[in-house]
Amino acid sequence: MAKLNELCLHEARDGLKNKSFSSRELITDHIDMMESSRSLNAFITETPEIALKSADSSDEKISKNTNGPLEGLPIGVKDMFCTKGVLTTASSKMLSNFIPPYESTVTNNLWDNGAILLGKLNNDEFAMGSSNETSFYGPVINPWIKNNDKSPLVPGGSSGGSAASVAAHIGVGSLGTDTGGSIRQPAAFTGSVGLKPTYGRCSRWGIIAFASSLDQAGPITRNVKDNSILLESMCSHDLKDTTSSSKEIPNFEKAVGKSIKGLKVGIPLEFIQDGMSDEILKMWENGKEWLKKSGAEIVDVSLPHTKYALPCYYIIAPAEASSNLARYDGVRFGHSVSSDDINNMYELTRSDGFGEEVKRRIMMGTYVLSSGYYDAYYLKAQKVRSLISNDYNEVFNKVDVLLTPSTPNSAFAINEKYDDPLSMYLNDVFTVPANLAGLPAISVPSSKDKNGLPLGLQLIGKPFDEETLYSFANIIEESSSFESIDNKWWLQK
Amino acid sequence: MSVTIDNVKKIAKLSKISLSDDEVKSFLTDLNKIIDWVDQLTDVDTDKVSPTFSSFGLEEDTNQRNDVIKDGGCRDAIISNAPNSEDGFFLVPKVID
Amino acid sequence: MSNLLKGKTGDWEIVIGIEIHAQIISQSKLFSGSSTLFGSEHNTQVSFVDAGMPGMLPVINSVCIEQAVKTGLGLNAKINNFSIFDRKNYFYPDLPQGYQISQFEQPIVGNGEIMIDLDGNTIKKVRIERLHLEQDAGKSLHDQHPSYSYVDLNRSGIALMEIVSMPDMSSAEEAQAYIKKVRNIMKYLQTCDGNMDEGSLRADINVSVRKPGNELGIRCEIKNVNSIKFIGQAIEYEAKRQIDIIEDGKVIKQQTRLFDPKKGQTRAMRSKEEAHDYRYFPDPDLLPLVFTDEFVESIRKTLPELPDLKKQRFVDEYGLSPYDAGLLVSEKDTADYFEIAATGSNSKLVCNWIAGELFSFLNKENKRIDESPVTPVNLGKLINLIDNGTITGRIAKDIFEMMFKSGDDPMTIVDSNNMRQVSDEGEIEKIVDLIITSNPDQVKALEIKPNLMGWFVGQVMKETQGKANPKAVNEILIKKLIIKD
Repeated sequence: MAKLNELCLHEARDGLKNKSFSSRELITDHIDMMESSRSLNAFITETPEIALKSADSSDEKISKNTNGPLEGLPIGVKDMFCTKGVLTTASSKMLSNFIPPYESTVTNNLWDNGAILLGKLNNDEFAMGSSNETSFYGPVINPWIKNNDKSPLVPGGSSGGSAASVAAHIGVGSLGTDTGGSIRQPAAFTGSVGLKPTYGRCSRWGIIAFASSLDQAGPITRNVKDNSILLESMCSHDLKDTTSSSKEIPNFEKAVGKSIKGLKVGIPLEFIQDGMSDEILKMWENGKEWLKKSGAEIVDVSLPHTKYALPCYYIIAPAEASSNLARYDGVRFGHSVSSDDINNMYELTRSDGFGEEVKRRIMMGTYVLSSGYYDAYYLKAQKVRSLISNDYNEVFNKVDVLLTPSTPNSAFAINEKYDDPLSMYLNDVFTVPANLAGLPAISVPSSKDKNGLPLGLQLIGKPFDEETLYSFANIIEESSSFESIDNKWWLQK
Repeated sequence: MSVTIDNVKKIAKLSKISLSDDEVKSFLTDLNKIIDWVDQLTDVDTDKVSPTFSSFGLEEDTNQRNDVIKDGGCRDAIISNAPNSEDGFFLVPKVID
Repeated sequence: MSNLLKGKTGDWEIVIGIEIHAQIISQSKLFSGSSTLFGSEHNTQVSFVDAGMPGMLPVINSVCIEQAVKTGLGLNAKINNFSIFDRKNYFYPDLPQGYQISQFEQPIVGNGEIMIDLDGNTIKKVRIERLHLEQDAGKSLHDQHPSYSYVDLNRSGIALMEIVSMPDMSSAEEAQAYIKKVRNIMKYLQTCDGNMDEGSLRADINVSVRKPGNELGIRCEIKNVNSIKFIGQAIEYEAKRQIDIIEDGKVIKQQTRLFDPKKGQTRAMRSKEEAHDYRYFPDPDLLPLVFTDEFVESIRKTLPELPDLKKQRFVDEYGLSPYDAGLLVSEKDTADYFEIAATGSNSKLVCNWIAGELFSFLNKENKRIDESPVTPVNLGKLINLIDNGTITGRIAKDIFEMMFKSGDDPMTIVDSNNMRQVSDEGEIEKIVDLIITSNPDQVKALEIKPNLMGWFVGQVMKETQGKANPKAVNEILIKKLIIKD
């Protein structure tokens, strides 16, 4: 019999409901997979005891028909979400001993819906990175490798563990966070489906903050339908978060399979970049064709300020981060280096507790906010951000979604870009605008490059219109017939 | 604009991050590269543009709290992660005003 | 100008601006649901938000917004329908987030002005620059341990209004009058209890000196001076210090200083010596604070009568002098006490009794007027007893003392102690006759010394234990001793 971890989220859900197997059986297979996949370094903390205990309670609920929508399903959680009583590190030495006495709203919603915590997933330190190489716990390895070159690849970042684990069939879905592409880029690199919801759709309460005006939690899954199911359980109107929306939460699953006939797809011309590879261009063309065939109308549109999105992002995100990370001072929680002088203690604690990329961003953020530079950088960037948002507002008067590539390239090798921050930043070029404008966006696997590595298409939608994204993503998924990993080369005997 | 050694030292001080001389140099190089690159924003005319405060729609009713006490009284939980504490206080090296 | 200070090189003018930090009266904190109660055990009024734990988010308390608007209206200030919360970034052990949420460029309240009362008659306008909302910090205790400071976050996140004046004051007295007036307005509005002992009202004083007519001098900020008396001392010390420095040919260093009440001196604060760059920027966890004119008007409708209007009404309605009216309204509780006592009683007498006997007894016992054992209703009754001749003014003082001790109704005291005024002329005549016959020498002496008359009045009052109607006594004495009919 095939192992139960091969089932995707909705298959596992239906199997549990039909009592084809128990949650304990499902969880046990996932724990086995988690343990034999440690070479991927996807998990920082495995929680098998919690998972098995929860499975028994789920089985009881299923037998009494009091099960929730995600009852008994194993979910991995990015280590940016605070989980009560379970180590939560943000993949930083700074929080390497932090046990939150509270549960984030999003994870709490999942547990209320019956989902089960499988473990805490590795990510770039404080979610700052695009390759998962900045983690204090070491890089995550992409379960995908090239056809002819077995050197390890990055899974993307910052939600590298979230994407890698789902692609490797550990857990039926995972939670990520996306500040500039941290869900969509790793989803694209691992052949997964990753959605960043509209800003405000998911509560940020209990998620370790990177850049507050950009951070959003979202689901990573192996298919579009699973994604829609997981998202629905994550959302709630949370009074503990000022920026949590009170908008009604639709039945996202119903949008999967809905016709897109007559809807308009915008192709933003500014996303066509110099030196863009033929493979990417071809993938994009295919996407247009598939959508056209399904009855959508393709329209060229212009988003004139696109090229400024990335520099704008790399001012705003570090600025907010420099302030958000000021609370890590060694006094109330986390890593602390003792000294008999308070300032010394701060400096030693923070120098030792933060990794290089985090320090670089704190420094950058401090610089752009400091006296004499605020207007030229921070304020300027927030104005440019308004122009970028306006571009999107106008375009969405004409079209229903935008179609772009998710990334300019497929997964790269570990260490390939690590020493060049700027070339690393350029990885986020297609994903960042949706964060700046607060829009929902999804990455769906569409094809493989010449090395057999997955590539993803991105759909960007109107505010709070995740449903349309799911309808379109479903068409791409069906048209592409993308196949998930079959060579599980990393498994330990 | 370009970043100077003094800038790097000043922002390190403000950020409470101590840097070795080598680190100062390498951050100087990195920050200059990044600043050079973000300087392209000066090409954008923003004279009549107001800054974004949040991508959260301002037309939405924002959450406010009612004035009721429903939190606190959890000192043990508050202190539980403290590197240095005594009798329910956080301890820090002596601060003199 | 009367406020000039003499120095070796001539006259100096003091320029004072004040930042008041007023704790808003609210049940819970500005951005969290923990209690604001004073005096609780350390770190028991701390939520995960107040402790700046990872992933915690601020959500504003709607009552604190209303309180700030109300205070703004009380200071005759412009209410800004659009304001922004900013982060003020700096590291300090009692600042858990590593930043204070405050308002920088766009505060909730803009320019305003209030009138301050000086020496009873003079009134001066002081302009308000702004009022903004901000979080309080926690507290570091330094004397618990030789090498550690102990951090208590109970205050962390409590809502404060920072009220910034223009540099419109030029003496310690004016500064004191300003703080008293702002405090009084907030107490009327019930937006701040004004209790300086508990830290619910703190003031930072900006002091500079200049030769009259010159440009503003370099200022020093004196932090957290926690009583009206100390504010006076701190300003006087600081002004003199600055004048001495300048007159010695040196330059004032702009700095933050602390007042030491034991020495009566100010000194530079060590922790503030490092150059600061607060890197203010709009807090992305909060949204701009936006409200409608209707909201402001709905709050305006709830405003109580404020001191200036009340004072005018007391003059118009009760016929008090502006001085007396000013005295009564300077504390809301006093004004309230007066109005109850004066209902159906002689308002001028009520005022005199409050300013005289009541205040002196309260002072002696260190009680507030709302703790007075003599209720305003009973004081009103006492004054009516004087007014309608039931008791004499002299005996009233004794009765008042008994009322203060027992809290009893004055009529009960009068009846049980037989203290009614004796106005029966026959009765008084009998006593007068007795005194005349038993003091023939004094009767004789009266012929040369007419002012001995007072001695006879005293004898009668003594004999009647102060109960005799003084007017009747006088008339009878005159009739018997001078006219001798």
